[in-house]
Amino acid sequence: MATIPQKIIHEYLRHDKKFPHVWCSGCSNGIVLGAIIRALAGMDIHRDDIVMVSGIGCSSRMPVYVDFNTLHTLHGRAIAYATGVKLHKPHLKVIVITGDGDCTAIGGNHLIHAARRNIDLSVILVNNNIYGMTGGQCSPTTPHNAIATTAPYGNIEPDFNICELAMGAGATYVARTTAFHTQEVQNMVKDSIEHPGFALIEVISACPVIYGRLNKKGGAPQMMKDMRDNSIPLAAVAKLPPEKVEGKIVRGVFRKEIRPEFCDRYADLVKRVQATGGEEA
Amino acid sequence: MLKKKTTPAKNPKKPAKPKDKTSTKLQELQKQRERHHVIMQGNEAVAYGALDAGCNFFAGYPITPSTEIAEILALELPKRGGVFIQMEDEIASICAITGASLAGAKALTATSGPGFSLMQEGIGFAKITETPCVVVNVQRVGPSTGMPTSCAQGDMQQSRWGSHGDSPAIVLYPDSVKECYELTIRAVNLSEKYRTCVILLLDEVLGHMREDLRLPDMANVRVISRIKPTVPPHWYKHYDENQKYLSPLASYGEGYRFHVTGLTHDALGFPTNKASEAQDMMERLRKKITYNIRDLVQIESFKMEDARIAIFAAGIVARAAKAAVAMARHEGIPVGLLRPLTIWPFPDDAVRKMLRDVDIVVVPELNQGQLVREIQRLVKDRSDSKLIKIQRVNGKLISPTDILRKLKEGM
Repeated sequence: MATIPQKIIHEYLRHDKKFPHVWCSGCSNGIVLGAIIRALAGMDIHRDDIVMVSGIGCSSRMPVYVDFNTLHTLHGRAIAYATGVKLHKPHLKVIVITGDGDCTAIGGNHLIHAARRNIDLSVILVNNNIYGMTGGQCSPTTPHNAIATTAPYGNIEPDFNICELAMGAGATYVARTTAFHTQEVQNMVKDSIEHPGFALIEVISACPVIYGRLNKKGGAPQMMKDMRDNSIPLAAVAKLPPEKVEGKIVRGVFRKEIRPEFCDRYADLVKRVQATGGEEA
Repeated sequence: MLKKKTTPAKNPKKPAKPKDKTSTKLQELQKQRERHHVIMQGNEAVAYGALDAGCNFFAGYPITPSTEIAEILALELPKRGGVFIQMEDEIASICAITGASLAGAKALTATSGPGFSLMQEGIGFAKITETPCVVVNVQRVGPSTGMPTSCAQGDMQQSRWGSHGDSPAIVLYPDSVKECYELTIRAVNLSEKYRTCVILLLDEVLGHMREDLRLPDMANVRVISRIKPTVPPHWYKHYDENQKYLSPLASYGEGYRFHVTGLTHDALGFPTNKASEAQDMMERLRKKITYNIRDLVQIESFKMEDARIAIFAAGIVARAAKAAVAMARHEGIPVGLLRPLTIWPFPDDAVRKMLRDVDIVVVPELNQGQLVREIQRLVKDRSDSKLIKIQRVNGKLISPTDILRKLKEGM
């Protein structure tokens, strides 16, 4: 377990105002939050220049605990608000915290278009496979046949592969890991913030109280162990026979490429228009 | 930021004049006149009004009959270093302008009925988080897709009550191209001053109608910007109980590191479940409007001094009503017109006075009775004896003769 130095807690968390937090015991959100602030503490960015935007859901409660510029928005709309913030002040580092329901169901449209534009946002999607805050309804990533309160006989829908969705839409940094692999989360967060373009990290997380109970996953420690045992690094996939990869969580950076970033393109456009006085239009 | 205009705000469709390099004093004067005297559409007037008010961020989605506003701003904003972005839908548009405003922009979006319906949740968010922004709604016939190129005034009540929960509303309603320009500036100013989402309602006809108007010198345009905090960050309250609830607003990236949430919040902006704090927040939203009602309400009174009959109408219908007043006066009937430029908050006091002063009130409107509801609310005996309703929602306008005929029938 990583130890968090007191200094980081005092510097990065609204430690005297907003704790205790709302998350259930055994929830992975705290682990992800810890990884994010350790990643940021290791980077040369001033807190005043970080904006954390979120939508609605368990993971989206994260911004209230951190001492940055924070914006807790509407269900599904975090990326749209973040687009406004980033475009007006491109020097700010904008981090979006979202969940599987928030980002791929109600907010799916904003996800794909932000990816297409390649606007410089770091989207950290905490995927717990269920709507936790509302008590366990089926989400677009609830596995086939899993139980949810709105799928009491088993989920008949196939689930989303979020990383493939983001890559299909044009995201230039796409990665996946689990909350068990905290160091990986930390490295990927750092990577995604440094990446000049749209970045999406899917963090598979454990929801022992809602998803775990409904699907008899055996409690928080067992779910952590499952994340360890059921995931394989991307590098190992090529060496393994396909039947050993089937059903496993593949962890790693799927895409990291440089394409023109949207705010840069807009700045170029402004420069070009101002040079000619808009005569070309 | 908006730079001082060097080029005249001319009609873009007008052919460009041949360039002459020898700039004489006379030509300079001519140029100035061009800036001052122009023919433009209501939608164009909104776009140039927004620019003159200092708008530097527009996010929108194409929709008839408001699209010209987006098109002009796509052309003009980059020249001034502002941001224009076409979003994936109207929901994203309202979200993007709210986000930009929190980062310090003066932000605006424009839409019509279907888009306005989609934006309602985002409008509520801008109101509860007290974030300045402006939504222009060029109304068309509804419900649903309705008649996209026909005129209606069906969003009057929606602009007040569209978003769930109780929230204040500032809604302005121009009746001419000149007023489109002026009220757009006023909408931006009020949004900055009152830290809320201000709505500008246009009639479809007004958006597309061309009229001549005199644009003021930029020096004579009164631009209001949000008050910036002067306290150190650890003293900053995002929702300060300042005088009359008009409190300073910091932007992201200025060192204040505040929290913004759509949840019911305390004065610092953090979510709360305490009844007392929830009460405070709701009261603050309400009082912000009610304490400043004199500043917000604007009304035009036309030949009301000796009127026994009053017409109460807004927007394009008021134009017909004004003509009806002249026609009636010609026949010796003492008719006047009361026209709200601010429809929300509703001009209760002016309407009460009107109801005291006249025998008959005529309320023509392009809907099934949205404006007349408010008059009925203020009529003491609640009988409709004094009210003549003229309502139409078939896409056709109400003409002066329609009003005059109904008025005579009711006499």
